[in-house]
Amino acid sequence: MRHLLTTKGLDRDTAIGILDVAEEMAEASARTVKKLPTLRGKTVVNLFFEDSTRTRISFEAAAKRLSADVINFAAKGSSVSKGESLKDTAQTLAAIGADAVVIRHPASGAPTVLARSGWIDAGIINAGDGTHEHPTQALLDAFTIRRRLHGDASRGKGLDGVTVTIVGDIVHSRVARSNVWLLTALGAVITLIAPATLLPIGVGHWPVAVGHSLDRALETNPDVVMMLRIQSERMQASFFPNAREYSRQWGLDDERMARLYPTTIVMHPGPINRGLEISSAAADSAQSTVLEQVTNGVSVRMAVLYLLLSGEREGLA
Amino acid sequence: MPPRTVLQQTDITRALTRISHEILESNRGPEKLVILGIPTRGVILADRIAGMISDFSGQNVPVGSIDVTLFRDDLAQNPTRSPAPTRIPAGGIDGKTVVLVDDVLFSGRTIRAALDAVGAIGRPHSVRLAVLIDRGHRELPIRPDFVGKNLPSALGERINVRLVESDGDEFVTIEESA
Repeated sequence: MRHLLTTKGLDRDTAIGILDVAEEMAEASARTVKKLPTLRGKTVVNLFFEDSTRTRISFEAAAKRLSADVINFAAKGSSVSKGESLKDTAQTLAAIGADAVVIRHPASGAPTVLARSGWIDAGIINAGDGTHEHPTQALLDAFTIRRRLHGDASRGKGLDGVTVTIVGDIVHSRVARSNVWLLTALGAVITLIAPATLLPIGVGHWPVAVGHSLDRALETNPDVVMMLRIQSERMQASFFPNAREYSRQWGLDDERMARLYPTTIVMHPGPINRGLEISSAAADSAQSTVLEQVTNGVSVRMAVLYLLLSGEREGLA
Repeated sequence: MPPRTVLQQTDITRALTRISHEILESNRGPEKLVILGIPTRGVILADRIAGMISDFSGQNVPVGSIDVTLFRDDLAQNPTRSPAPTRIPAGGIDGKTVVLVDDVLFSGRTIRAALDAVGAIGRPHSVRLAVLIDRGHRELPIRPDFVGKNLPSALGERINVRLVESDGDEFVTIEESA
């Protein structure tokens, strides 16, 4: 693997391969000595043009556990605020000798620009670009679902026939997009539930079923319910009348939670708007994987860094 | 030159039987033994050796596998490889005598990586090494404690180990590399 920019076009075997490597990383993370010498001498730059808690520390923990050197770069407080362009920033990182760049950017496609520009030779990992994709989040979600369903026997398995209902702000969600492509490739069956205003144009061409009623979707007893965050920072217009109405129609509240099958997995990529898209009781219940997702995120990102940075350098993809 | 068979199935079984007895003898019994195979074929051999030791001593000997991929020093020189599962028996390895098992001992670099991997898991009392074939050409100060067969080879030659569990057939051949 040269870069990880999108889950679109990731084939089933490659995806299962990444998840299987993540299993070994999870196993290594359970040892007394968590550090592996694997990426000694490699430099990983976390290039974050947008705020993040879990993704950034997750990538940092992953790189450090593999003994890579980590440089954290936040656009705030850097020369970006003086007007430095992505090109100049990239060339600076290349001059420092970065082997991999983990980039989060508010503009969809920024990681792809970086990967194709020739400004820098490093492997590029998309850690969330605008409303486009967030591939490692989808991988950790798939990993979490697989672990919950198969436990220690997860290796080599896909998600065939697993029903996943993704609820909420689809239009702004890079998590939803990455999950649609990845989970579908792994054999899962996806339903998107959202008010019509929060569904993207062209969703009819996605390999998913689309509905507007959360209650009707829950009647089908899906294996997984994935609640998305309402991204107020990306909402310039009003997409629904008010928070209370959204919560009543599309929130996973205590009453809906009580109706769920006891085996249904409740997921949320975080950060959570408690009481808006998911109630505190639902987010903290035993069926919720919110914190497991964070733990698994480190293993999955270790796997991605390993696959990108170990081995002979492949030619430009 | 066609591949030359150096060990048949019966020879392999005989060698493993002898190694199992030698491990028991040097350890003065099966106490505190942990047998760890190095993937892929080392795991199969470890399972067999642990089974034999258990049979001979009437006591169950813990067996597992230890992947060394993430500890290798030649990752940058080869295509990316996927790590194999590491399974450590429930009792752990602290204070135990760990016997590492691999099919062919060559440069010694795999064993160097395995020693690091063992160190990340715990602190055994001692670590021993059992190999089916020792083909020489060591690049590190590492030597095996139990050897199935010493097979002097030229650097360019290939040693192929085939086992029933992984390959459906069982033999060891040596051939000139293409």
